[in-house]
Amino acid sequence: MLARAQTVLADFHPQPGALGDLPQLTVNAASIAKVCLRARNDPRLDLKMLHCLAAVDYKDHFQVVYFLHSLTQEGTLAIKADVPAATPSLPSVTSVWAAADWYEREAHDLFGIGFDGHPNMSPLLLYEGFEGYPGRKEFPFNDYQEF
Amino acid sequence: MAEIVPGQPLAYVKGQGNVPAPSLMDQAMAGKLPGVITASKDQLFALARKSSLWTLSFGLACCAIEMISTYMADHDFDRFGVVTWPSPRQADVMIVAGTVVKKMADPIRLLYEQMPDPKWVIAMGSCATNGGPYYRSYSVVMGVDHIIPVDVYVPGCPPRPEALLYGILELQKKIMLDAKQSGGK
Repeated sequence: MLARAQTVLADFHPQPGALGDLPQLTVNAASIAKVCLRARNDPRLDLKMLHCLAAVDYKDHFQVVYFLHSLTQEGTLAIKADVPAATPSLPSVTSVWAAADWYEREAHDLFGIGFDGHPNMSPLLLYEGFEGYPGRKEFPFNDYQEF
Repeated sequence: MAEIVPGQPLAYVKGQGNVPAPSLMDQAMAGKLPGVITASKDQLFALARKSSLWTLSFGLACCAIEMISTYMADHDFDRFGVVTWPSPRQADVMIVAGTVVKKMADPIRLLYEQMPDPKWVIAMGSCATNGGPYYRSYSVVMGVDHIIPVDVYVPGCPPRPEALLYGILELQKKIMLDAKQSGGK
């Protein structure tokens, strides 16, 4: 998968490193949807499956990690996109994989990351009226909100 | 005189000849039936109630797996008259089996209010008791007793089926005791 990614997505310089030695590449947040569409449609990669979408809080910025899997090419690829902490927002990939719908709602619930073009951004895990984003490092650990 | 059916065991009774042999049940109950029980109305009702507790099938997390295995053949909840029921309208007992998240709090209260009186609640496992491993978490209610009244707490994470059986037995004791102490009409 690394060699194929290096030929198809050569302009992003895929390197091994995610979760040990999985190939990974870093893209600009604004172009994430286009890169994902290329990775899905190219028959040499054929990444038809989004099997995880994770958000990471690095305090000065957020990182959204897409783990893509190909059943025909038998390989996994990680795509990482950095978003600034002040305005955490990037394009939605629900048009590429419908599976991204709930992942993006979860990331929005827990980290407050906005996904432009998402069809329905109502809370998935938290109740209506919850204040704050519990996935962030700045969220107080033992701050119990009485229900 | 009873009819003789071919194949049925016979017994010789002097003066009657061959008659159908009394069954084991007849022998066991000979001289014991009929009997008369006198008790207060409340206690009789409680006896009926505690002997057929219909539980609302209501699993929230991993405790539900233990609850399901309690209903199954190995532990067999049915021998205490405990039957699982998928509707709150006919249920007597709500077994809150699992973590109560705040998003689930309103549906739980709604289900509890839909149950007809008399009704009881068993908080199964440490999550439903006080939050358990999610104590002071952002999304978990610190015990289901914050939203509905609880009769029996079953500790464990998750409790063994025997513990839940014991919880039901304690609830049965409580039902009888409540009837006894209610004035004895």
